[in-house]
Amino acid sequence: MDLSFTPEQQRFRDEVRAFLDASLPAEMREKVLGGLHVSPEDTVGWQRILHRKGWGGPGWPQAFGGTGWDPVRQFIFEEECAAAGAPRLLPFGLKMVGPVIMRFGNEAQQRRHLPPILSGDEWWCQGYSEPGSGSDLASLQTRAERQGEHYLVNGQKTWITLAQHATWIFCLVRTDRAAKAQAGISFLLVDMRSPGVTVRPIVMLDGGHEVNEVWFEDVKVPAENLVGEENKGWTYAKFLLGHERTNIAGIGASKRELARLKRVAGDERKHGRPLLEDPFFAARLAQVEIELMALEITNLRVLSAEAQRRAPGPEASLLKIKGTEIQQALTELWVQAVGPYALPFRREALEPGFAGPHAGPEHAAPAAATYCNMRKTSIYGGSNEIQKNIITQLILGL
Amino acid sequence: MDFDLTAEQQLLGDTVQRFLAKEYAFEARRRILRSPEGWSRAVWGRLAELGLLGLQVPEAHGGMAPAPVETLLTMTALGRALCLEPYLSSAVLGTALLAAQASPAQQAALLPAMAAGERLAVPAHGEPGARYDLSRVSTRAAREGGGWRLRGKKAVVLHAPAADHLLVSARTSGGEADEAGLSLFLVPREAGGVKLLSYRTIDGQVAADVELDAALPGDALLGGEGTAFAAISSAWDRGLAALCAEAVGVLQATLDATIEYTKTRRQFGVPIAKFQALQHRMADMLIHVEQARSMGYLAALRAGEPDARERRRALSAAKVVVGQACRFVGQQAVQLHGGMGVTDELAVSHCFKRLLAIELSLGDTDHHVERFIAASVGGA
Repeated sequence: MDLSFTPEQQRFRDEVRAFLDASLPAEMREKVLGGLHVSPEDTVGWQRILHRKGWGGPGWPQAFGGTGWDPVRQFIFEEECAAAGAPRLLPFGLKMVGPVIMRFGNEAQQRRHLPPILSGDEWWCQGYSEPGSGSDLASLQTRAERQGEHYLVNGQKTWITLAQHATWIFCLVRTDRAAKAQAGISFLLVDMRSPGVTVRPIVMLDGGHEVNEVWFEDVKVPAENLVGEENKGWTYAKFLLGHERTNIAGIGASKRELARLKRVAGDERKHGRPLLEDPFFAARLAQVEIELMALEITNLRVLSAEAQRRAPGPEASLLKIKGTEIQQALTELWVQAVGPYALPFRREALEPGFAGPHAGPEHAAPAAATYCNMRKTSIYGGSNEIQKNIITQLILGL
Repeated sequence: MDFDLTAEQQLLGDTVQRFLAKEYAFEARRRILRSPEGWSRAVWGRLAELGLLGLQVPEAHGGMAPAPVETLLTMTALGRALCLEPYLSSAVLGTALLAAQASPAQQAALLPAMAAGERLAVPAHGEPGARYDLSRVSTRAAREGGGWRLRGKKAVVLHAPAADHLLVSARTSGGEADEAGLSLFLVPREAGGVKLLSYRTIDGQVAADVELDAALPGDALLGGEGTAFAAISSAWDRGLAALCAEAVGVLQATLDATIEYTKTRRQFGVPIAKFQALQHRMADMLIHVEQARSMGYLAALRAGEPDARERRRALSAAKVVVGQACRFVGQQAVQLHGGMGVTDELAVSHCFKRLLAIELSLGDTDHHVERFIAASVGGA
């Protein structure tokens, strides 16, 4: 048993760090580290830079153009990218539909859809939730009726993250209305530019536009866009969820946020002294830091089990719950740290290039909006309560 | 990065677990608990035969030190069985103190006998009013003739009534809370002027408050005069790692008992494990147990770290996570057992009390949050 990284892993970390120093554009870095808005151009731009380096698919096997890194290397890569302030890679192609197409798609689908995920040429979004189907996903109603060489899709999806930029959406659709719940669901790839697809924004509590409703009205989808077998979509969706959750603990990003919080609390004053030295605040901060230390080891335990080819299991639920609790706790402390200056809310101050003047310290501007925004984390990706159901059934055997 | 055990470690872990499952089941433990001695010399002898009492003994004296992973596995197994034997006090803390501070001749005289289970030596360090502060020692040692006179009072000395020797810290110079000026003395428990107020702790271990007004020979001093603090501090960190590993065993046993109980206890016509309010509580318990397990690994692998600040930071972080797990899992286990949880009849109440004792031993959660902050200043 050894908790230190091997010399090879350490060398790999150095290599990633050197690459980030040389290739991560300064303006991207500043936005991420400053908690400012990252544009879709930044997201795609960073994917393209990685692709040129051959690192566009950090979690993908080499056979599909990926790096072939083991889970620990992927972890190191993500940690270093987060620390350096790289934009977050879009998970929808890389971690969701990509692995599903590799595992269940046919060769034509693999040739058509996998390369543009790596190159950043296609932007995927995830069409799962519906107005009446959130945690109870299997109750979904969007239907796809086979009509010759096409499916005719009708229905409404919601909470579709960044659909406004997406060129493709992967959907769970009902193909057999007679079958019970999970049994009649299929996994369908839909071009967002198809006639009959409408995207409507949902404005969130921080004023941001991250998620959307997506409507399908008599959308004709070629039958060749069905992944795997008809009515087997639920199996593929479950496979995908396992992959999605593996890195959801967000250790690297939380470490970066913790470091930022320490800087902020070092600058803020209470009773004329740095807030960081206030015993109440210091104890709260230490509590989160300690839990993050523990979660990092738990995460590495899960990854090394995965590296031994044990598939990501229900332990991923534990990582999701604890990881999001820590992410949220860090934003709470950020709000607390800036005190009354958490209240001024000016969206323009969160845009890169804002010339000021700021109300209060610059580090206070994104605090409350970030706190509000991060409430989503314990709700998305299977709410934390659903994760507890999974733990209950699969780990505790209840 | 590797969480695997070697084949030898796996074998050792399995062996001790099998032995305890057979010899230390709930009823056997209850008999030991109710015996006048409060622990079992027979079990102690078996632990010696398995080589487990020599895990902190250097190889030169017939032991296996350093053996962090073996200690982790042993402590977790002892925790699972709620063992009452003086393993932490004598085989970890006492042995580590002697290995760090005693002269080669003293080590040769004592350590092989400790590894063989023939001698027990436990630290007598804490004092009334010192709480968990390792340097706050008022007991004084003064030269008298060719020897020493020790005067003072030691608080809650675990397994003192079981020990042959007490390893008593005393101030030979310096102020009440100075790290410098602390010395360590080997004091036979039966020496004149050593008075024990013996009792059981809440979790059933034997312990005593010790009053000292004792004349000791010159060679009772272990190591250099005034130099004991570093040895005490590093032995305590090894003890912390062992205690965290023990906690993981108790926590897992507590969670297992709770799952089992809720599957069999029926109300409203169904096993109460079917109720989501209870299921989610058990999921939360599991998260605490797994986080504690992770920190148990960290503690074991950092306990020998030479950089004292790095070491303290890791071990205090571990004790915080473990202490909070002890509190949450213990309380929820009793709650989910309902009325049966507050009886003496089931294992759960015994687990609950051990978890409480662990939480309060070698520094409670607040103490370690404070120590973590102090060790982090200027650091990562």
